[in-house]
Amino acid sequence: MIETSPALGPKAMLETMMLIRAYEEHNVAAQQAGGPGTCTSVGQEAAAVGVVRALGPNDLILTNHRSAGHLLARGADPGRMLAEVGGKATGYCKGKSGNLHISVKELGIILTSTIVGGELSLAPGVGMSLQMQGEGRIVACLFGDGAACEGVFHESLNIAAVWNLPILFVCENNQWQAMVSRKQTMLTDHISDRAAAYGIEGKTVDGNDVEAVYAAAAEAVAKVRATSKPFLLETYTYRTRGHYEPDDQAYVDKDELASWKAKDPIQGLSKRLQERGALTPAQLEEIQERVKDTIARAADFAQESPYPTPDEVLTDVYA
Amino acid sequence: MTAPTTTTINVTDAIKQALTEEMRRDARVVSFGEGVATRYQDLVQEFGPLRIRNTPLAEGIIAGTAAGAAATGLRPVIDLLFTPFICYAMEELVNSAGKLRYISGGQFSFPLVATAWTGSGFTVGAQHNHNIEAWFVHSPGLKVVMPSNPADFKGLLKAAIRDDNPVMYFIDMPLLFQEGEVPEGDHVVPIGQAATVRRGTDVTFVTYAKMVHTCLQAAETLAEGGVSAEVIDLRSLKPWDEGAVLASATKTGRVVVVHEASRTCGMGAEIAATIGERVFGELKGPVVRIAGPDTPPPSSYALEQAFLPQPDAIVAAAKKLLG
Repeated sequence: MIETSPALGPKAMLETMMLIRAYEEHNVAAQQAGGPGTCTSVGQEAAAVGVVRALGPNDLILTNHRSAGHLLARGADPGRMLAEVGGKATGYCKGKSGNLHISVKELGIILTSTIVGGELSLAPGVGMSLQMQGEGRIVACLFGDGAACEGVFHESLNIAAVWNLPILFVCENNQWQAMVSRKQTMLTDHISDRAAAYGIEGKTVDGNDVEAVYAAAAEAVAKVRATSKPFLLETYTYRTRGHYEPDDQAYVDKDELASWKAKDPIQGLSKRLQERGALTPAQLEEIQERVKDTIARAADFAQESPYPTPDEVLTDVYA
Repeated sequence: MTAPTTTTINVTDAIKQALTEEMRRDARVVSFGEGVATRYQDLVQEFGPLRIRNTPLAEGIIAGTAAGAAATGLRPVIDLLFTPFICYAMEELVNSAGKLRYISGGQFSFPLVATAWTGSGFTVGAQHNHNIEAWFVHSPGLKVVMPSNPADFKGLLKAAIRDDNPVMYFIDMPLLFQEGEVPEGDHVVPIGQAATVRRGTDVTFVTYAKMVHTCLQAAETLAEGGVSAEVIDLRSLKPWDEGAVLASATKTGRVVVVHEASRTCGMGAEIAATIGERVFGELKGPVVRIAGPDTPPPSSYALEQAFLPQPDAIVAAAKKLLG
């Protein structure tokens, strides 16, 4: 079920962000208990939810290894996601993806690439299919500032611009490229500045403010749909956990991390909604409980699910 | 059943004929690459600019675009020009086209064809010529074909376009202007099926692409001395026709594998190992490989010829096996 109506409002977006956080924290705890490693998107929930909620039900998504937020915002079942993370047969990819490249065809999540930039290389082809179908659908391609330093970033945006492909490129600039600060790999602060070089429109938005992200994304989606031209949206945010779990983040500047944690997207929205009288502490508590329960049930489902049978190692190689 | 009408055309035209027929047959077939629209102006006229496109000189995104388009319903045929340029597209071909069906648990398929020229003969040197077909045979999820004559170039391209998997379609450059009889209309050569292009009883030559003709020359020479050589044109390298090769190896008991690609870990190694594992007891001698050396393909015509397996070497290998 893909719920994309903006009428769902900021409270629904808050709940999705909290679900993503709880999902990621579950995986962190599971890893600490001896489970598989994971690349979390903690701190980037607003960037994920604001963009994905702005897409139409028939639009498509290409994403990257830090994709849990995109999948959950699109309505993916956390139980099937956790089953996939655990390599279980009930996972979205029958346990053949693991947590790094979950795709969900029924939700329009075509592919999650864990080769940094892989999603950028696939995007023009998806855009080409949609262009030829002529039904006004678009594809959102979500990548990070690390991918924006790959050569394929240039190739992808260039051909998308030349061919007028309906692609919303979204760079979640989370300031980290694995264990290297973006400041060591780029001289400029904003990926969106590069849009001009391709003759397309670009914009940077506060990626920790889900309402701002949603507004910017909705406007960009409408433009892409109306013009069939790509748009480069940058959600400026911060990865508050390490590259993967476990990661002690010894390489992270403590003051920088603290300043971004103070801008936590979930706390920020929660505070704003309470100030506006749109959310009571009791309602917040209720959401927290619901999210906790959802993840607990998802974890149970994953835990109880069977592993794939050994013969599955040979299936799905060829169509 | 009446035999199909044939016309004499060269490999270049056979490739274009197959593409044109498949584009007429299936609106999902598209083709793009560096200069594709420039070369095929008439196809742009017939099918429109969305189905036949030029691209930037950017092999990575050409292959990635093909993978993305294939995952969402199109059947792209991409031209990567010369095989060394494929190095820029390895990520997209190997990690995306070859693996994402498996990784997605079978949710997506990648029906695409990637073509590229290779092969010594035009003195283009190692950055325009490199027989890298074995790299893709070693990569999961891909298929690999490498035809030797105009009819097979047509029939295998049609099969590749209709296949629901990514197919690497290698074009041995010096064959581009080779003429031959090509069936008109729906001539499809199944992927994975070898052709026995010369029957024989004393020794088997297993080969593909341009080397088929070299092996046929060697077989002619041997016939003058009363030796009967069988020549198997693999046509497809992944999957390759184990049945045809093993049957012939069993029959003659002597096998020489011949390819232009460098010897180490080439197709010949796989074929020799398979024959050894499966029909060792039928062999009258070791499976012999005649292959290019482990050097970059040279440019000078003289060096190219020194690099290429020649009929004399094949004849000598056969005679040695015959004792």
